[in-house]
Amino acid sequence: MTTHDATQELLHPVPDEDGAPFFDYAACGELRVQTCTGCHEPRFPPRPCCPHCQSFDSLWTKTSGRGRIWSYVLPHPPLLPAYAAQAPYNVILVELAEAPRIRLVGNLVASADAALDSVDPVRIRIGAPVQAVFHTMPGGPTVVRWLLERP
Amino acid sequence: MGLKDATAIVGIGQTAFAKRLPESEKSLACRAILAALDDAGIAPSEVDAFASYTMEETDEVEVAKAIGAGDVTFFSKVGYGGGGSCATVAHLAAAIATGQAGVGVAWRSRKRGSGPRPWTNTRVQLPTPAQWTRPYGLLRPADEIGLLARRYMHEYGATRDHFFNVALACRNRANQNPAAMMYERPLTREMYMTARWISEPLCLFDNCLETDGALACVVVSAERARDCARPPVYIHSAAQGLPAQHHGMVNYWNDDPLTGPAWTAARHLWKTADFGPQDVDVAQIYDAFTPLIPLSLEGYGFCGRGEGAAFTEGGALEMGGRLPLNTGGGGLSEAYVHGFNLITEGVRQLRGTSTAQVPDAGTCLVTAGEGVPTSALLLRS
Repeated sequence: MTTHDATQELLHPVPDEDGAPFFDYAACGELRVQTCTGCHEPRFPPRPCCPHCQSFDSLWTKTSGRGRIWSYVLPHPPLLPAYAAQAPYNVILVELAEAPRIRLVGNLVASADAALDSVDPVRIRIGAPVQAVFHTMPGGPTVVRWLLERP
Repeated sequence: MGLKDATAIVGIGQTAFAKRLPESEKSLACRAILAALDDAGIAPSEVDAFASYTMEETDEVEVAKAIGAGDVTFFSKVGYGGGGSCATVAHLAAAIATGQAGVGVAWRSRKRGSGPRPWTNTRVQLPTPAQWTRPYGLLRPADEIGLLARRYMHEYGATRDHFFNVALACRNRANQNPAAMMYERPLTREMYMTARWISEPLCLFDNCLETDGALACVVVSAERARDCARPPVYIHSAAQGLPAQHHGMVNYWNDDPLTGPAWTAARHLWKTADFGPQDVDVAQIYDAFTPLIPLSLEGYGFCGRGEGAAFTEGGALEMGGRLPLNTGGGGLSEAYVHGFNLITEGVRQLRGTSTAQVPDAGTCLVTAGEGVPTSALLLRS
């Protein structure tokens, strides 16, 4: 039995007005990216207007949730307590199959709710195909995590 | 009207560098500034311009009234942490060249050695763009740069030995500099390769020091500089750099994350200069992390894209090499005070007073933090 200790919780995302829809869609199990209604260019991180055509109109396009690992790191302490408890863990950057310039920071895990260190680091390779899964943080928002397509 | 050689750095000052200094950041700032004015032979009452970093916690009001400055007509602060170092000097140069002020002081005072690590304060850092990175455990600058470093190694065949070349050159110069925190601490390849990880692929020795200390410099017009106590070091060219579609240290969302702000600053720096990269005698390149050196060598045009790691081979960054680097020891081995010690060391080189003097050095590149909106100076004697 453990007592509740806020210092032992992973950080929750603090979405801003532009980013909130991303997390709302994630809670529904969808990975969507902001896309300009005017010129159809996807953009990330979300922002009020399109840097290509300056339109303020956008919609959120559903993706397949497939991508490839662009790079990764393995953080070691000193870290915030909840992260130190799982270190060394992985942080990966995934380029999306449909929009390679959109790269999402996340964690490669053995299953959606597994620990941040649940994949052996020797399995992590730049270029490896991955698939998005959705993890609802305890008492918090839903974040995108990643599984190896060929574990 | 241009900036070229219109102004000069005529005074430099600093405190001791240590993991823990007893005095406040305000006291350290005043001591460094007064030392720089004394070095220049200029009275504090003549100071009418100040420039520092937005992260500087002692403001102009406190500094001006403590040192006994006169009426101040220009003051400026530059953002993005260490990316602003050279811009503080550049802002003073612009103000003085355009007649807004006559005697400018730039400074940085920081107790990063004994104070808190900024990344432990998550309250102010979780909003944009941290909502996309920090919850996943990309907590510290070392993690954010480590991610780019891993990709750089993958794309261009850079190895840990290349990063070691950078760490070793800085440490060797610190071993010649009694003011450096690592003065009596040699580094070996064995120590580097067996060091603990901070964020793999970056180990302890790929990371800068944590330092208490302060530095300052004095900028005046070229005309006034001729009457000062020290030989003038002219500000030949200056630039800031915020590239199109840049995202700060987490620059993961554009076409080419490995082409950073250095490229933007460099294009402007060389455009207004009378000489090019091949004419630089000595370089002080921002080294919060070793991979920033190969990335900056590429950005500032010392080699081609992807060639920065190979450039470090064969002792190129050592004394007598192709480009002697961070000759006071840099942020990796002298002190990490957001890069201000790189500016003062550039001045020493061009005065001929460095503890690792490059013979007849006449030109020096000084850069600010790469990977964030940055700035750079070309200095000449």
